[in-house]
Amino acid sequence: MAKKISNSFSNKELLGFYEKMFLIRKFEEKAGQLYGAGKIGGFCHLYIGQEAVVTGILSSIQSEDTVVTSYRDHGHILARGVDPKYVMAELTGRKDGISKGKGGSMHMFSKANRFYGGHGIVGAQVPIGVGLAFAHKYRNEKKISRVYVGDGAMSNGQVFEAFNLASLWSLPVLFIIENNRYGMGTAVNRSAAGKDLYERATVFGVEGEKINGMDFFEVSQAAIRARDHIYENSMPYVIEMDTYRYRGHSMSDPATYRTKNEVNEMKSNDPLISMKNKLMKDFKIKEDEITDIEASIKKQIKEVEKFSLESPLPELNELFTEVYL
Amino acid sequence: MNILLPALSPTMEQGNLVKWLVKEGQQVNSGDILAEIETDKATMELDSPDDGIIQKIIVEEGTENIPVNSPIAVLKVEGEDEDSSSISIVEEKSTKNHANISNDIKSTSVSMSSIFNNQVADDKNWTEIEITMREALNNAIAEEMELDEDVFLLGEEVAEYDGAYKVTQGLLDKFGSKRVLDTPISEHGFTGLAIGAAMAGLKPICEFMTFNFSMQAIDQIINSAAKSLYMSGGEINVPIVFRGPNGAAARVAAQHSQCFVSWYSHIPGLIVVAPSNARDAKGLLKSSIRNPNPVIFLEHELLYKEKANVPSENDFLIPLGKANVINEGSDLTIIGFSMSVHRILSVLPEIQKLGLSPDIIDLRSIKPLDEECIYQSVKKTNRVVIVEDGWGNTSFGSHLSYLIQSNCFDYLDSEIIKVSGKDVPMPYAENLEALALPTKEEILSAVKKVTYKN
Ligand SMILES: Cc1ncc(C[n+]2csc(CCOP(=O)(O)OP(=O)(O)O)c2C)c(N)n1
Ligand SMILES: [Mg+2]
Repeated sequence: MAKKISNSFSNKELLGFYEKMFLIRKFEEKAGQLYGAGKIGGFCHLYIGQEAVVTGILSSIQSEDTVVTSYRDHGHILARGVDPKYVMAELTGRKDGISKGKGGSMHMFSKANRFYGGHGIVGAQVPIGVGLAFAHKYRNEKKISRVYVGDGAMSNGQVFEAFNLASLWSLPVLFIIENNRYGMGTAVNRSAAGKDLYERATVFGVEGEKINGMDFFEVSQAAIRARDHIYENSMPYVIEMDTYRYRGHSMSDPATYRTKNEVNEMKSNDPLISMKNKLMKDFKIKEDEITDIEASIKKQIKEVEKFSLESPLPELNELFTEVYL
Repeated sequence: MNILLPALSPTMEQGNLVKWLVKEGQQVNSGDILAEIETDKATMELDSPDDGIIQKIIVEEGTENIPVNSPIAVLKVEGEDEDSSSISIVEEKSTKNHANISNDIKSTSVSMSSIFNNQVADDKNWTEIEITMREALNNAIAEEMELDEDVFLLGEEVAEYDGAYKVTQGLLDKFGSKRVLDTPISEHGFTGLAIGAAMAGLKPICEFMTFNFSMQAIDQIINSAAKSLYMSGGEINVPIVFRGPNGAAARVAAQHSQCFVSWYSHIPGLIVVAPSNARDAKGLLKSSIRNPNPVIFLEHELLYKEKANVPSENDFLIPLGKANVINEGSDLTIIGFSMSVHRILSVLPEIQKLGLSPDIIDLRSIKPLDEECIYQSVKKTNRVVIVEDGWGNTSFGSHLSYLIQSNCFDYLDSEIIKVSGKDVPMPYAENLEALALPTKEEILSAVKKVTYKN
């Protein structure tokens, strides 16, 4: 496997992906701490544990491609290249936030980075993502829309309607099911009948597969396969990621629905640690090189924190702006 | 750097230190788990904010009721001054007025319980206990389920998780999985299913985790639940209660903060209820469950923890369509429901300072509306202020002011003023959120205006 990957990515590129994963992890840890300190309010859904999914997909993305996801969106917007300080300032509800403090954790967008949110209503992003794909096809652009959807959301009706439309109209969209095994406190086998979730798309003629979403390399390979499939066949594709969130659903989750053992077992499979080990073993990257990257990210996160706390609250007249164009 | 006891939920005020997973002198990396903290809801893990050495453990494991934000350990971070701390030190200007705003919200809820406890007992000597609105709703459901085998409960996380807001806590244990059902996140589907079951004679209580998600199912609610009786010439009724938190909670932004009073009271065939306190919540929910029509029962997350004296008898009912005058006066009438009642009460002292005594009407039911109670009061006071959290454009409050002017025209000594939520999606930032909802200043200035006090 290592060989195959090394054909496609230089060590420098691979280190870049690791850096992104590490950035997301440290960013989310900091967000959790700032929530604990009362600096972030409302709902705050952390992405810790699922970093390999978004980074693996990133390895297949063209900068013009579009992305849309749910409320668990911090990692996704960081992966799209938005400066973390604007993301953190959104979490603290400040003027310099990416949505000027008006959207918060669940509602972040960046047109410049082709990131279309940040949607709080379960399932809503899926037809929206199909609509992005519709626009790409309509304009004859060689772009792919990537839509992330949770395991819980996979039982929401509009998701099925979206699969049907995407296939019926041959739209360039990749559905990425982030099956982290729970939708809030409901294990996937208590919310979804049938076998694998991706089969809910395949019945509509969308080809797809299920893979290990805890491994960057596996995700990356599947993402590239999917991209090629979409280019060659002008048809949608679906990948179900077997993944896991280490933290609670939102910050105030009693987490009584799963055992500590289960969480610890999944932690032994940490996507960051496994990528780091592979980089050293299979790609002969020196540990120093990696720890240097880690140190600079940690330093960056301190600056991000400071920025997000020093940025002022939005001006009061912001309340009434941007309701209409 | 001091490591502080974090708030792991917006309501957490203290926690217990169950276990330290590190020792003094130990090297840790940022993100490493340092300790297990127990809150009112759960046990959680505390992670290290930075790389460093645990210099000192201040609070021993096993200590209980540690206030949030108090130091529990000291982390020595390389290159950092002894007493600097990245989290606690960066206290900047802009957060200063955060405190004011949340105090404001707090005080609006605190002033409540005494008023509702003083309310005249509804015609009987009830055995009363002081409980939260959350418990009152839970009791109402449990009692009705006990009394009537046809009543069942369905919704997201209502069973094994004990309810996203703990309203349905313990009901699965009590009634089993046949009658308390966790649904997938398929609002359109399970709402339609519940309506079908109601058509067949069952009495579903359909919980929306919040009413924002009822929009996924609004076609079923309006086109199937509300209209069936009429379309069938009286053949098919739909005895169902749709319930859950409505309106703006705290800082959950545009897609999760909106009031559905105006939406649902627009629809013929629906009953709409919005209690402001635990006592009413119990009596009204029981009446709603027994009612043969579809009822939209709008709760408020920020009121779940508020307490009042609530009768424990299972025949305690509050009739639908009956308002409650919670403060009697003669100078003006102020009308609210659900959370807006608390906003009104929070300015009552200032209103009294102006030498004014208001009638304050808590509507409780939006549809049917207790018009008699409202008109009686207006004919006495001749002046009206209406407070609603929802958007003011084509709103319930607008309709109410139309009703008052057409029924009490000759009695009015002033224009009617309506204080509504601003015509914007709910922003996330704390200062903007507070401004988006009716503020104390706006209510007070409306009161002054209708009484010519400015
Ligand atoms: C239509 C709708 N119903 C309910 C909710 C409340 N809710 C928010 S997240 C969530 C669970 C979603 O789980 P999943 O799709 O697996 O995503 P994950 O949180 O695991 O990323 C629920 C029920 C919502 N936001 N929207
Ligand atoms: Mg999930």
